[in-house]
Amino acid sequence: MQKVFVLVFLAWVSFLFYAGIALFTSGFLLTRLELTNYSSCQEPPGPGPLPRGGRGEPGACWMASRFSRVVLVLIDALRFDFAQPQVSPMPGEPPASLPFLGKLGTLQRILEMQPHHAWLYRAQVDPPTTTMQRLKALTTGSLPTFIDAGSNFASHSIVEDNLIRQLTSAGRRVVFMGDDTWKDLFPGAFSRAFFFPSFNVRDLHTVDNGILDHLYPTMESGDWDVLIAHFLGVDHCGHKHGPHHPEMAKKLSQMDQVIQGLVDRLKNDTLLVVAGDHGMTMNGDHGGDSELEVSAALFLYSPVALFPNPLPEEPEVIPQISLVPTLALLLGLPIPFGNIGEVMTEPFAGYKDSQPHSSPLTQASALHLNAQQVSRFLHTYSAATQDLQVKELQQLQSLFSKASADYHQLLQSPRQAEAEAALQAVIAELQQFLRGARAMCIESWAQFSLARMAGGAALLAAACCLCLWASQWTTSPGFPFCRLPLMPVAWCLAGAVLCAGLLATTGLKLEPVVLVAVAAVGSLLPFLWEAWAGWGARRPQAALLPTPGPVLLLLLIRWAAFFSDSFVIAEARATPFLLGSLILLLVAQLHWEGRLLPPKLLGVPRLGPSTPTSPSQHSNMHALGLGVGLLFCTRLAGLFHRCPEETPVCRSSPWLSPLASMVGGQAKNLWYGACVGALVTLLAAVRFWLRRYGNLKSPEPPVLFVRWGLPLMVLGTVAYWALASGVDEAPPRLRALVAGASTLLPRAVAGLAASGLMLLLWRPVTVLGKAGPSAPRTRTVLTPFSGPPTSQADLDYVVPQIYRHMQDVFRGQVERTSAQGPLTVAAYQLGSVYSAAMVTALTLLAFPLLLLHAERISLVFLLLFLQSFLLLHLLAAGIPVTTPGPFTVPWQAISAWVLMATQTFYSTGHQPVFPAIHWQAAFVGFPEGHGSSTWLPALLVGANTFASHLLFAVGCPLLLLWPFLCESQGSQKRRQTPGNEAEARVRLKEEEEEALMEMRLRDSPHHFSAALLQLGLKYLFVLGVQILACALAAFILRRHLMVWKVFAPKFIFEAVGFIVSSVGLLLGIALVMRVDGAVSSWFKQFWPSRGN
Amino acid sequence: MKDPDIKRLLYAHLLCIFSVILSTFIPSIFLENFSILETHLTWLCVCSAFVTAVNLVLYLVVKPKTPSKRSSLSHKVARFLKCCIYFLISCFGFHVIFVLYGAPLIELVLETFLFAVILSTFTTVPCLCLLGPNIRAWLRVFSRNGVTSIWENSLQITTISSIVGAWLGAFPIPLDWERPWQVWPISCTLGATFGYVAGLAISPLWIYWNRKQLTYKNN
Ligand SMILES: [Zn+2]
Ligand SMILES: [Zn+2]
Repeated sequence: MQKVFVLVFLAWVSFLFYAGIALFTSGFLLTRLELTNYSSCQEPPGPGPLPRGGRGEPGACWMASRFSRVVLVLIDALRFDFAQPQVSPMPGEPPASLPFLGKLGTLQRILEMQPHHAWLYRAQVDPPTTTMQRLKALTTGSLPTFIDAGSNFASHSIVEDNLIRQLTSAGRRVVFMGDDTWKDLFPGAFSRAFFFPSFNVRDLHTVDNGILDHLYPTMESGDWDVLIAHFLGVDHCGHKHGPHHPEMAKKLSQMDQVIQGLVDRLKNDTLLVVAGDHGMTMNGDHGGDSELEVSAALFLYSPVALFPNPLPEEPEVIPQISLVPTLALLLGLPIPFGNIGEVMTEPFAGYKDSQPHSSPLTQASALHLNAQQVSRFLHTYSAATQDLQVKELQQLQSLFSKASADYHQLLQSPRQAEAEAALQAVIAELQQFLRGARAMCIESWAQFSLARMAGGAALLAAACCLCLWASQWTTSPGFPFCRLPLMPVAWCLAGAVLCAGLLATTGLKLEPVVLVAVAAVGSLLPFLWEAWAGWGARRPQAALLPTPGPVLLLLLIRWAAFFSDSFVIAEARATPFLLGSLILLLVAQLHWEGRLLPPKLLGVPRLGPSTPTSPSQHSNMHALGLGVGLLFCTRLAGLFHRCPEETPVCRSSPWLSPLASMVGGQAKNLWYGACVGALVTLLAAVRFWLRRYGNLKSPEPPVLFVRWGLPLMVLGTVAYWALASGVDEAPPRLRALVAGASTLLPRAVAGLAASGLMLLLWRPVTVLGKAGPSAPRTRTVLTPFSGPPTSQADLDYVVPQIYRHMQDVFRGQVERTSAQGPLTVAAYQLGSVYSAAMVTALTLLAFPLLLLHAERISLVFLLLFLQSFLLLHLLAAGIPVTTPGPFTVPWQAISAWVLMATQTFYSTGHQPVFPAIHWQAAFVGFPEGHGSSTWLPALLVGANTFASHLLFAVGCPLLLLWPFLCESQGSQKRRQTPGNEAEARVRLKEEEEEALMEMRLRDSPHHFSAALLQLGLKYLFVLGVQILACALAAFILRRHLMVWKVFAPKFIFEAVGFIVSSVGLLLGIALVMRVDGAVSSWFKQFWPSRGN
Repeated sequence: MKDPDIKRLLYAHLLCIFSVILSTFIPSIFLENFSILETHLTWLCVCSAFVTAVNLVLYLVVKPKTPSKRSSLSHKVARFLKCCIYFLISCFGFHVIFVLYGAPLIELVLETFLFAVILSTFTTVPCLCLLGPNIRAWLRVFSRNGVTSIWENSLQITTISSIVGAWLGAFPIPLDWERPWQVWPISCTLGATFGYVAGLAISPLWIYWNRKQLTYKNN
């Protein structure tokens, strides 16, 4: 029963952390308030007359329309330099040969041949540079908010005023073709639409070819006013191959042909806009705010001359959302209500106008309309919330009134001579106001709820303290196992029921986050009170706190590092450094204690009174090798690093990309061989380990699964990699087969892993074939024990005695016929029954996770297993196991484990930023995408991102089990040193004593439960302080330049990682308990009355 | 435990500190444009040479421990050669450890190696002078209750503080302050030097304060 309480208590502590995280998040990641006001034709944005032609003309609203139709071609991820005209190289200089340069020849030709018809801008994009955020901004003219960055999977319709809405309410026919993100954003807004799936980033052609099928027929039919075509090929090519791949040149040339085709078919009343929604990094990703991601191309073309001046040498830099008011006014529409973009002046200049000053006047009136609209928006917005700073708002208002007054004065006295200069002054004033308004909005749309942040941080801190305190307490003798964990849970439930009842009766609305936090605090308080009253009075508190040592200093350094953006960025390098320091520290400590080297190496006899008293005084020479091996593995894993975008000097490892992106055939095959080798080595290592501890011989289903199912999984993985890396080279008639196989294989591997885990849960004791009481052999084995017990000790420790006896029998019978093998061999496996189940479970978990990564990451997974094996051995060398008392897992073990989990997170190619998420993991097993379901891709991507957290958390109980496992090695070594006969006998006895291995844990179930609880609490503490440090860093540095770029993503990743880890920890401990229960019932078969 | 011993230790350590300080000033007399940061490698070599020289002089002059009975010339030469080999091994060992800790493998090899040399100068050279090429004695000194004299005790302190200093020196590297001393391995070498100097300064004081508790069996 105690075991269940352990789980309940750990779950409750995790719940406290979750509540703290939720409360903090709700205060930290506030979204901008979305107003649902709409601009309308009838209602001008401000007082004063509308400009000439603004009223009465057909199709005109606030301003006369210049174009009746628009073709908007959105080429996803069209970076500015993709479209930049190429200057012909100097003689003697080699021409630039990058595959993406100069491929859009049509634009260049138009800009050269028809300089007054076209204009190219370098559009500056507001991060986050994900497609959905950009589409929102490109239609509403507003800013994307931070929290939206994560919700790329579940896009929902835009509630704010936007261009599409204005178009449909003005009765224009909007035809759309391309990316189906638009379907979610603007449901039912298009008169005709051709949507194509956007999610599959590996598919370069479906969307583009689909658009091309409909584009020209639609255009020629004339049945449209606004035609939007959103091409995805360039973006997907970037994700799949990167911009430097020859495929990118092909894709851009195709886009060039599209533009050429459109230009040929344009009528005089139509404006052509070619725009990229964002750029892409060197690797072809996007989402962040690096220079390459935020510069997109924006190209305007009109068949009639529009621009008075040709394009300057260096194209103008404008905010991308300027397109929104510009398009609205050019089409004679109201500017969307929430727009904060600034009208581009060039298209309003007018090329051949009869009145000389009228072009600046049109510009000024467009700007004035725009300024009126922004001013109205600011007014409405500041009335709705207190986000915007009052002082700046007042400054802007006065700026606006002055500019507006000047403008009106100018309109009333249009004297030619001074008008030109005065007009320019007014334009400058209006532009200044618009820019100031935009800057203020950018600055202040990151608002925090300080109370919630502080509350969340306090709750996290309290939970950390609780963990620390309770973990020290569990090992003290009077720990009330049953009563204590139940009480807070009962309080929690009672409080929740009470709250729910209150809410139901009073109809009061309380946010669920606050409710959860209140429940958490409510359950925490009585627990603390009880703990204080019941126990704190009797013993000084100080005894409970861990003594500060070098390990705690290391942890402190690590926590302090979360407060520095440089260290968060450099965490991928800092974590292996700290891990290495910890490893060397462990080795040095072993040496310092005199347990590393045999005494004869030390020359002089050991001095001083405190020669180590532990009985395991054997040397741990191998610990030195383990330490060096660990350092070596850590360094090797560090070769698989992905650079954060902030460090331009750093070169990302080329090994993180999938094999499909490699061009050379020979290298590809070599790498493929290496990956297969890694898989096979991993499999062989696990099987060798299981055989070494004797667990591969029993006929139990999980063992059979390990013997036959695991190789099958390896085979499936290998075949899938072969298909995935060469899918483009497959002959066309095999395409269907390849597609089917690449769907089925990953699912089969995952299914196999799941069934293996089920088998393991069903029969976790891989010890015995047939152990029914009817089996005669079993009876004979047990006869000595069925008599009356000879002593009290026999009564207490019957189970180990059975085990010991079985071992004796095994030793005696090992040369006999193999028919008797299973039983005796099975008994031998009892010593590693827990860790065998853990290792099997971890292997089964690792394979599907491995499949979600790029092929070459399998080498990292191999290193991961090797590293954790070495680390466990090294830690076991430092922990004496023979003490019968309470078992503890030292802090250095937990810290090293957590550090290693973090290090593996980085070496599997992850970074705690959104653009670095491996979205392609969602297509493993689902090459066609997921349709409308969002949870499955989210699950796959999450499993890919937090694989290391999950694996290490599930494997956490190994830290407790391993020292017991390592006992057998020590005894085996000792056997080789013969002494005199009496000594040998003593040795033999000792050996039996020691070789109990994990059965020692069963010897004292109370201590076992306490140790598991302590392990869980310590693990939660180390992770919890990390999340607390992240939260505090985000809290304290919320006005820091890097908060959205570094601290906020780090906090989110750390929070999700904590949730994954805590769930994994609970699962791991539950698995140990399941094994324990199964062992108990197994023993019951022999000893029905005494089985525990 | 005698006070004169501590006094001698203090003077020896002051001499070592003085040599480190000298190594930053003397070369600028002979070399143009000499500064610790810009011509860092030169400074590393000079500092290493100075500290080694002072250690050797101290070894010859003070001779804190009676040398071994066999003092034939060939034995001395062999002993000297052995010391050189040990020093080289320690340099390469440190180099490998730095690479394992994340130092670049191929670029900046010379810098990394010179860092290994200077750290060896601060740690291995005093060990060689005091204990001779005797691994067992080294292992004994660096384990609990292994020291047998104030000299060994101070050796323990300076060695550990040099290594800790080098370790701490790695921390400013990722910071974005853009200072010239943040470049690998300058901050680490400076950290090691400061650690060494601090160890030299602290150990006599520490021994003086704890002279009541310290009892050495062989003293
Ligand atoms: Zn996009
Ligand atoms: Zn994309």
